Amino acid sequence: MAGYKPVAIQTYPILGEKITQDTLYWNNYKTPVQIKEFGAVSKVDFSPQPPYNYAVTASSRIHIYGRYSQEPIKTFSRFKYTAYCATFRQDGRLLVAGSEDGGVQLFDISGRAPLRQFEGHTKAVHTVDFTADKYHVVSGADDYTVKLWDIPNSKEILTFKEHSDYVRCGCASKLNPDLFITGSYDHTVKMFDARTNTSVLSVEHGQPVESVLLFPSGGLLVSAGGRYVKVWDMLKGGQLLVSLKNHHKTVTCLCLSSSGQRLLSGSLDRKVKVYSTTSYKVVHSFDYAASILSLALAHEDETIVVGMTNGILSVKHRKSEAKKESIPRRRRPAYRTFIKGKNYMKQRDDILINRPAKKHLELYDRDLKHFRISKALDRVLDPTCTIKTPEITVSIIKELNRRGVLANALAGRDEKEISHVLNFLIRHLSQPRFAPVLINAAEIIIDIYLPVIGQSPVVDKKFLLLQGLVEKEIDYQRELLETLGMMDMLFATMRRKEGTSVLEHTSDGFPENKKIES
Amino acid sequence: MVDEETIRVVRCGGSELNFRRAVFSADSKYIFCVSGDFVKVYSTVTEECVHILHGHRNLVTGIQLNPNNHLQLYSCSLDGTIKLWDYIDGILIKTFIVGCKLHALFTVAQAEDSVFAIVNKEKPDIFQLVSVKLPKSSSQEVEAKELSFVLDYINQSPKCIAFGNEGVYVAAVREFYLSVYFFKKKTTSRFTLSSSRNKKHAKNNFTCVACHPTEDCIASGHMDGKIRLWRNFYDDKKYTYTCLHWHHDMVMDLAFSVTGTSLLSGGCESVLVEWRDATEKNKEFLPRLGATIEHISVSPAGDLFCTSHSDNKIIIIHRNLEASAVIQGLVKDRSIFTGLMIDPRTKALVLNGKPGHLQFYSLQSDKQLYNLDIIQQEYINDYGLIQIELTKAAFGCFGNWLATVEQRQEKETELELQMKLWMYNKKTQGFILNTKINMPHEDCITALCFCNAEKSEQPTLVTASKDGYFKVWILTDDSDIYKKAVGWTCDFVGSYHKYQATNCCFSEDGSLLAVSFEEIVTIWDSVTWELKCTFCQRAGKIRHLCFGRLTCSKYLLGATENGILCCWNLLSCALEWNAKLNVRVMEPDPNSENIAAISQSSVGSDLFVFKPSEPRPLYIQKGISREEVQWGVFVPRDVPESFTSEAYQWLNRSQFYFLTKSQSLLTFSTKSPEEKLTPTSKQLLAEESLPTTPFYFILGKHRQHQDEKLNETLENELVQLPLTENIPAVSELLHTPAHVLPSAAFLCSMFVNSLLLSKETKSAKEIPEDVDMEEEKESEDSDEENDFIEKVQDTNNTGLGEDIIHQLSKSEEKELRKFRKIDYSWIAAL
Repeated sequence: MAGYKPVAIQTYPILGEKITQDTLYWNNYKTPVQIKEFGAVSKVDFSPQPPYNYAVTASSRIHIYGRYSQEPIKTFSRFKYTAYCATFRQDGRLLVAGSEDGGVQLFDISGRAPLRQFEGHTKAVHTVDFTADKYHVVSGADDYTVKLWDIPNSKEILTFKEHSDYVRCGCASKLNPDLFITGSYDHTVKMFDARTNTSVLSVEHGQPVESVLLFPSGGLLVSAGGRYVKVWDMLKGGQLLVSLKNHHKTVTCLCLSSSGQRLLSGSLDRKVKVYSTTSYKVVHSFDYAASILSLALAHEDETIVVGMTNGILSVKHRKSEAKKESIPRRRRPAYRTFIKGKNYMKQRDDILINRPAKKHLELYDRDLKHFRISKALDRVLDPTCTIKTPEITVSIIKELNRRGVLANALAGRDEKEISHVLNFLIRHLSQPRFAPVLINAAEIIIDIYLPVIGQSPVVDKKFLLLQGLVEKEIDYQRELLETLGMMDMLFATMRRKEGTSVLEHTSDGFPENKKIES
Repeated sequence: MVDEETIRVVRCGGSELNFRRAVFSADSKYIFCVSGDFVKVYSTVTEECVHILHGHRNLVTGIQLNPNNHLQLYSCSLDGTIKLWDYIDGILIKTFIVGCKLHALFTVAQAEDSVFAIVNKEKPDIFQLVSVKLPKSSSQEVEAKELSFVLDYINQSPKCIAFGNEGVYVAAVREFYLSVYFFKKKTTSRFTLSSSRNKKHAKNNFTCVACHPTEDCIASGHMDGKIRLWRNFYDDKKYTYTCLHWHHDMVMDLAFSVTGTSLLSGGCESVLVEWRDATEKNKEFLPRLGATIEHISVSPAGDLFCTSHSDNKIIIIHRNLEASAVIQGLVKDRSIFTGLMIDPRTKALVLNGKPGHLQFYSLQSDKQLYNLDIIQQEYINDYGLIQIELTKAAFGCFGNWLATVEQRQEKETELELQMKLWMYNKKTQGFILNTKINMPHEDCITALCFCNAEKSEQPTLVTASKDGYFKVWILTDDSDIYKKAVGWTCDFVGSYHKYQATNCCFSEDGSLLAVSFEEIVTIWDSVTWELKCTFCQRAGKIRHLCFGRLTCSKYLLGATENGILCCWNLLSCALEWNAKLNVRVMEPDPNSENIAAISQSSVGSDLFVFKPSEPRPLYIQKGISREEVQWGVFVPRDVPESFTSEAYQWLNRSQFYFLTKSQSLLTFSTKSPEEKLTPTSKQLLAEESLPTTPFYFILGKHRQHQDEKLNETLENELVQLPLTENIPAVSELLHTPAHVLPSAAFLCSMFVNSLLLSKETKSAKEIPEDVDMEEEKESEDSDEENDFIEKVQDTNNTGLGEDIIHQLSKSEEKELRKFRKIDYSWIAAL
């Protein structure tokens, strides 16, 4: 009573990287655009407002790039020494940057000269950020201090001297205007509250802290230092949630994807790793040419910008979806036909009978269902099918053989059609997973077309090619067997335990190959 | 309690339903089919077996409705009797003793008080059609020896005989001849196919024949797939025939519809073809019926057809060619590779079914529960094709896992092998494919076993193969952040001097694995997979291997091809005892230490039941079957028996089933088969404790209300409501199987009326009747109580509680009724 059962297509395990939705998502970027900067790129920051320009801090310059521009649309170059940590304000109109000489400078995006200069730090300022209320700036410097500045009157409001080494990273909470976090080379990450004069929380990272990140909710803190990325639960008073050790060298930068579902970390080992923020497992990894110092993701993950120690800025844009639209769409039935009868309300006495769901069958399955065997074979020998999915072709050949009609399906072909079949055989005969089926098919073809050989130069050439292939394969097999013999001898001298070496299957197909040759 | 009876081998269900054409009742409500020594009555709507008519002592070979009374059924059997049944109640009315083997039965409405039968009298292969006069007599058993000869040299099969045009003539076919006998003229015309002169290559033998119900037209089916329609056959010279050709192979059966407008045909294509107006153009198809169509029958009312198939299945088909019901028995037209297994969940017997399927067969209800499609490929039915065979299957982890192996071997070197692991899904109540392993071994898999120890934390499977290896497969966690998944992977590969691995077996606690390599048995530790010790007896290849259980778990049993049964002690690593026994089947009982071994000799098969601890068997039964026994299995009993006699104690907790080479499923029992098979109709009767359906809530509340009312009336006797359980209409409604009830619309008014308060004067008259009815019912109840002993366990506690209340009120109410009766008569007198 059952309906037609479609042909079981043999699936083969895909070797190498598993295809997951994450690999698909993160591989969907164009080849990177490389921009040469003057020095090591220490910071990349995206403007939170459209058109999502980004500021790149390298050496004593800050460049602002547009989304697709390869040349900077604006440059701030009024630094005597190295600039650090150019950061946009939430509205994208102000930019703040630290400097090697201990100054903190505030710029208007449209202007050139600094709007404000905050003087007070004695050594290089490596981290600056705007607080959530937009009117204050937090800065951390190599003089072990963290300072809070007021923008309107460019005054220092507070100074925290709790760190015992360089303060190299920090960030302000996006929700609370009074909270901010700094990480230092004294191995600690501290949370400060502007309403008090002391730190409210301190966690021990264990290595000099290179980067810190607060989750948008403010509940989780991520710190990077040494080879470790550590996630802390702020609401539980700074409890260590998970410690990730996926890099070979120091982790230098952290970044969250726009959805907040994935965490990215860049490291001196030239890799960017993508973690799931639910399980903290690595779901994807990017490779770069040099050690990575800075990393930023654009709005909606449209662009990945990575700055490296050799001064190269690598910009990857997401592949646009627009291309698919350009294909002329086939005219489909009108919307009316699909909703026909769907909006009928069931009356009281009506008996609802659903139309039985129609099972979708592939075209070759439809042919096989109607016993059109040659047509089914033609369909799967089409180049589009043989190149993309050779396993379907092989499965159909196998099915035809099971039905005992393979010879019928292969017979009676003209030059063009038989060369299709031979092309496929030449391409795939030597693959061990297809060999048993295809050797059988090759034998049948030789049996059928032996009487007419010599009539077509094209087909004859293909046959010779096939013969060469088989001879080469036999040579390989012989060499392999020799190697095996040698290995066996070695193993025997090592008195290895028996029963674990599975070396038999390589000699498969040996007798068959000889048959074809003849 | 039953230990005095002797154990005998009984056939247990699974008999052919497709042996003869099924017959419809006049109203198309029931369908009858022969099934071994019985006739089974099925409902066409619910597919349930309503009655089993037992009484024949040999194979039933024909059934026909009594043309004079459509509520009666004739059946004939090889035991030489024709029996007349009342099929609605399942009662035997009469037995006519004919005295010779009857091979088929025909009835004709015009020939009153006589039926036609196929008999063979002199030689074993010469069959005759005779008319049997059934004498009118009131006694139960009547001799019917008055046979009058009609046709000679006919085919044995009833498909080759057809009565036409209201019994004016009878057509019979054999080889290349069609003979028509005219009853009035008493002449026979014989027609020969033209091509039959060259007999060597002719493939157009007649296979079946059917007659048009009203016209003079005979349809005959042929070996080459043609159907010929013969007309004008009154004349030996001027006869004509037309040809209809669609079938590519033999036409298995033909049937005309009741009106004769269409002809149905079927063959091994498993397609039912309906030829409209007997023309080649107008044909309709019902394809994909699953197996070769063996028989086609048409209901007298004309609304239903049915086809019997070679896989022991009857499909009931609606007039518009839509299958409406399937009656499926045990499929057994193919060889069994998997052996007999018991599904731990359903307790169903599991074995090869349809091609590429595993069938789950309920031993209790003699019904196939379901089919599991293992191979999942289109089955091409063609002669000489090498099909993929399902060769091995095993259940593991209390029915949570099922492992199957399928193989296809075209040539010596080309082997396709696939192992599939199925997981039981509680939500869908079925097995779902979990892992598919291509070529798990390089050569055929010879044995497959799960580690079924209770405390094993990780499901483990072992496969042994001819390639000299055994592999251990374990379930591993395959989940990642995207999905949760489990899969099977190979954990260990073991071999012993490259000998072929022939058997494998886990000990009861799962700590040891025994693998036999040809003549040698190796014991492996299941934790470290180290070879512990080897046993070698040099007595031929090991054919069976099993560990002892419970108190005998220190023993390992092995049966060899040279006919030696060995028992090794695992503690001393020495041979405990051996015996000369050519063991064909060796099965351990899961519930006890016993092991059953069936040996094969030239005379027949013998059964030995023994404990591994001592070489003396507990029980021996010689000659259980004349043919070879292929498989056996112990089935745990739901309710333990209590045999006190020592010889029968092995049957207390389990029952032993075995399958012979001719695929008859046999078992040991002290009871007769009639007792064993309880008619489903009895089980279908509503129990006293009603299930809590919405219907119950109406009636149940009503009844509680009644009880309260009753208490009141004990005091003042003012109002009397009829009690629901005493109303005949209600009790009938509740105690009749749903499929035999008339339509709800018909019952409704009666039911509602019965619930209404009857007027006092009326009730006075009705009461005596009521009481009668009640008494009758009570006597019935007491009869039924015996049958429901088993059922009582199923009823839940609340139900029992209500039952007690209910019974109490009944007795009280009985008194009350008497009281009331007197009271009312007194009122009426006023």
